Amino acid sequence: MLSEAVVVDGLTVAYERIVALEDVSFKVFRGSITAVVGPNGSGKSSLFKALVGQVKPRRGVIKILGLDVSDARGKIAYVPQREEVYWDYPLTVWDVVAMGRIRNVGYLRSVKKNDEKVLAALEKTGLKELMHRKISELSGGQQQRAFIARAIAQEAEIYLLDEPLTGIDAESEDRLFDILSEMRRIGKTVIMTTHDLSSTFEFFDNILLLRNRVIAFGSPEKVLTAENLASAYGSERVAMHLTDVGRVAGWR
Amino acid sequence: MAIAEFFLEPLTYRFMQSAFITSIAVGILASTLSVVIVLRGWALLGDAISHAVLPGLALAAVFNIPLTLGGALAGIISSFAIGVIEQKTRVRNDTAIGIVLTGAFALGLVAISKLRPTLDVFHILFGNVLAVSTYELQLTAAVAAAVLLFFGLFLKEIVAYTFDPVFASVAGLPSNLLHYILMVMISLAVIASLQTVGIILVVALLITPGATAQLLAKNLLQMFIISIAVGITSAIIGLYLSFYLAASSGGTIALTATAIFFAAFLAKRLTASAVSR
Repeated sequence: MLSEAVVVDGLTVAYERIVALEDVSFKVFRGSITAVVGPNGSGKSSLFKALVGQVKPRRGVIKILGLDVSDARGKIAYVPQREEVYWDYPLTVWDVVAMGRIRNVGYLRSVKKNDEKVLAALEKTGLKELMHRKISELSGGQQQRAFIARAIAQEAEIYLLDEPLTGIDAESEDRLFDILSEMRRIGKTVIMTTHDLSSTFEFFDNILLLRNRVIAFGSPEKVLTAENLASAYGSERVAMHLTDVGRVAGWR
Repeated sequence: MAIAEFFLEPLTYRFMQSAFITSIAVGILASTLSVVIVLRGWALLGDAISHAVLPGLALAAVFNIPLTLGGALAGIISSFAIGVIEQKTRVRNDTAIGIVLTGAFALGLVAISKLRPTLDVFHILFGNVLAVSTYELQLTAAVAAAVLLFFGLFLKEIVAYTFDPVFASVAGLPSNLLHYILMVMISLAVIASLQTVGIILVVALLITPGATAQLLAKNLLQMFIISIAVGITSAIIGLYLSFYLAASSGGTIALTATAIFFAAFLAKRLTASAVSR
């Protein structure tokens, strides 16, 4: 059963006179993993902001599981970039993951110490032993897994990961891909941005190549051609380099 | 006996009793907010709101509406203005705060000097502990109780929003509402401090207790407890100093808070070097 998780049709996002996204359309099915690829300033984060309702589109329609963005709150989980979070908070890993339960538990109640959803999410991300450690004391990869655990505890259907490959080592990257594969297996939908083209692209079901408009969308083999990369990244030379990287990584 | 007298004598004066109760209430109120202000990095924003309350107080005095209402409105409008400037222009947050802070403060000074020269600017800015009325005492106690209650009931929402604002809004929390409730509370804390520490030096109580707690606390609960303890201690010691030195209570309370911060800083350094040795 193939049902649509995210449908974007004719999306245009603009800040004053700067057009961040122009006439962007694509469709992502449930249980798939999509990479949004493009250079800095290509509109990747504007796309995420539009998906979670942080910016109002100038034109176009976004449907999340058939719902408008404002009605889909809570169905989307967002895994932030490092800089978006206030690290001075003396919170433990458990505290952060328990935040994911905030809406389900409701107002005026606290999340129980033995909350099963929180413990299961910690288990899945391999953080159970670290649950009493301060989040700020963990490695970059562990911190990221804590935020993914929070997203899992939230029981969302769609997971948005903003540049998750930035600043983590190869081992953390492997673990991240393991966790994401498991989520795909149980029917969750993952969309992540990346400008890191050395990652293993065969992992993804779809690539959305952006440069303020859709350069190409579809399977990695279809999208990652020298021609598409050249029009996304501007220069033939960069694109050639990228395809070389790709060939080494074995995705073409 | 002499020591007991030293501590009890100020309490025999009616105005000092009111001053103690009000200062302690302000201490609790400001130091609770201080935890969030420090962790979220809102120190400058707290400073801006404290300055921005001035024109609200001046205009309220002119039009004979309650000072509390005028001050709270001014605080909210200024925090809203900062948000709008930041979102709608390319001006950075600290710049937006600087613009609103100085503009509002200047408006307050012009309004006071032009319209109500009898309003004592010095007392508004730095407190006048002799003048705490029963009404102000009750108001301060009520605001402190409201802030404690709000933090008690909605702590997990407050922490989630201030720790990770994007998460909070994506998860479906009313982020904007939470933001402005916190801004209103900071404004009310500033107004409640009018008589004891004044609207400028209350910034010391909005920043320093939380910063001291951050040096010492291992978790969030400890941080609130230490911060509130520092707030109360600063209020009490500061008032005794004010009484015996016949000095401005706003100054002595703020100085006490500062002294506690440096004492905690030194204590931490000393224990750290003792451990590493």
